[in-house]
Amino acid sequence: MERLFTYLQYPFVRYALIVGVLIALCSSLLGVTLVLKRFSFIGDGLSHVAFGGIAIAGVLNVSNDMLVVLPVTVISAVLLLRTGQNKKIRGDAAIAMISVAALAFGYLLMNMFPTSSNLSGDVCSTLFGSTSILTLSIREVWLCIVLAAAVLAMYVLYYNRIFAVTFDESFAQACGTKADRYNLLIAVITAVIIVLAMNLVGSLLCSALIIFPALSAMRLYHSFRNVTIASAVLGVVSALAGLILAILTDLPVGSAIVAVQVLVFGICCILEKHI
Amino acid sequence: MTKTKKETLLDVKDVSLGYEDGAIIEHLSFTVQAGDYLCIVGENGSGKTTLMKTLLGLQEPLAGTIERSAALKDNAIGWLPQQTVVQRDFPASVREIVLSGCLNRTGRYPFYRKEEKERADRAMARLGITHLKDRCYRELSGGQQQRVLLARALCAAEQVLLLDEPVTGLDPKVSMELYEMIRQLNRSGITIIMISHDIASAVQEATHILHIGQNIFFGTKEAYTNSRMGKYFLGTEESGE
Ligand SMILES: Nc1ncnc2c1ncn2[C@@H]1O[C@H](COP(=O)(O)OP(=O)(O)OP(=O)(O)O)[C@@H](O)[C@H]1O
Ligand SMILES: [Mg+2]
Repeated sequence: MERLFTYLQYPFVRYALIVGVLIALCSSLLGVTLVLKRFSFIGDGLSHVAFGGIAIAGVLNVSNDMLVVLPVTVISAVLLLRTGQNKKIRGDAAIAMISVAALAFGYLLMNMFPTSSNLSGDVCSTLFGSTSILTLSIREVWLCIVLAAAVLAMYVLYYNRIFAVTFDESFAQACGTKADRYNLLIAVITAVIIVLAMNLVGSLLCSALIIFPALSAMRLYHSFRNVTIASAVLGVVSALAGLILAILTDLPVGSAIVAVQVLVFGICCILEKHI
Repeated sequence: MTKTKKETLLDVKDVSLGYEDGAIIEHLSFTVQAGDYLCIVGENGSGKTTLMKTLLGLQEPLAGTIERSAALKDNAIGWLPQQTVVQRDFPASVREIVLSGCLNRTGRYPFYRKEEKERADRAMARLGITHLKDRCYRELSGGQQQRVLLARALCAAEQVLLLDEPVTGLDPKVSMELYEMIRQLNRSGITIIMISHDIASAVQEATHILHIGQNIFFGTKEAYTNSRMGKYFLGTEESGE
């Protein structure tokens, strides 16, 4: 306990906690919709695309990775959504194709234009999350806060429409809701969240941040609103617990958070049987 | 303005319907006027649901045009689908689903106002599902689910209500009440377009009949009962009127 308070004196620990909580909040909120729309695959595919984006950013030697990664991921999200609606190409096959291709090309690029001597270390930290969450600059923290606030505001403002489109897309469309527009919104927000979450847990693990809180919440509650709220709470609590655990024990942040989420999911499964 | 000249809401002109692999119905023309009660009948697979989806703008006709009147705003339509594929584990309470029918009334305002909540409550009361309002949709019986979706359609229907086999899965008492309710709605000025396999009650309730299949018939129900097709399907042919 005492050690925790000493650590909290350091600004970089506080930044990490703030950013971690915000990212967990956004991804767990949106996770409910993504899981229910069977979009969780998209999240997974996008995270690999973002990995490719990081490689490109490295090659181009851009000072801020986000400037490359964010647009690349958002565009891929829109494309993936389009192919998902195209009945000729199977949506899941398209996602698998794009995500594997992005991984392969990303790794190729990193090898062809190595930016540092420790290549495998770089790759590992991009895939599994690095300690970079503990080296955030104040500018990155603010960028994260702004993006998270935008995502939250969108989610709250469009909550009812997101519910309608998630529950029954054709009814919503027949009765005058522009379903396409909200699907697009969901895809773009997903891309933003993926890019944010990559900083926290790395690209292989960031879909865990999206799906686990939602799945846990669905074990316990049966209305959309309660599931959404529970998912947000579970997401934030597990992220905090994982971060603190990682800081105290010097374990990797991403794996610690995901481990806590798996644990929470297990507890929710057990609770479900007993109520 | 004379009362006899009613406003045309939908004008379907020489439309062909179907999917990529070919047309199911060709050269279909009919009109729907404000206040009509149109029943669409026909065999399984004759294309009734496809027609309704095309009317709703969920798919494009292969040929021909469908004109919607300016008065028929996008957000004045309620629809009861024949099938709603809801994932088995979808968490949604009855109230949330019925309220989502009011979405087209909120305009740009992001939340539901008091009037929409009251509208949803009235729709639930009308269908006798108020006691289920906090229950999870996927835990309800088939008939109860049908009533929830009907309540949602009622919330959305300001001018036109489209129903795809609404009495499927309802018990006889509720079916009777449903027909009565639709009649009342129609009297209060809402245009009804209903798909039904129950030709006898369709003829009883509707003002117009559209029969699709090998031969297409469109006209008032009086014309239908006197047509050869109508007599055949109503089983009145042998009785030789
Ligand atoms: N998504 C689809 N893609 C291709 N063909 C379809 C599709 N949906 C329906 N069909 C075909 O179109 C035809 C008409 O189907 P539709 O659902 O409109 O019939 P229906 O008149 O509503 O039948 P029912 O009385 O059983 O409800 C059927 O032969 C069906 O096989
Ligand atoms: Mg049908």
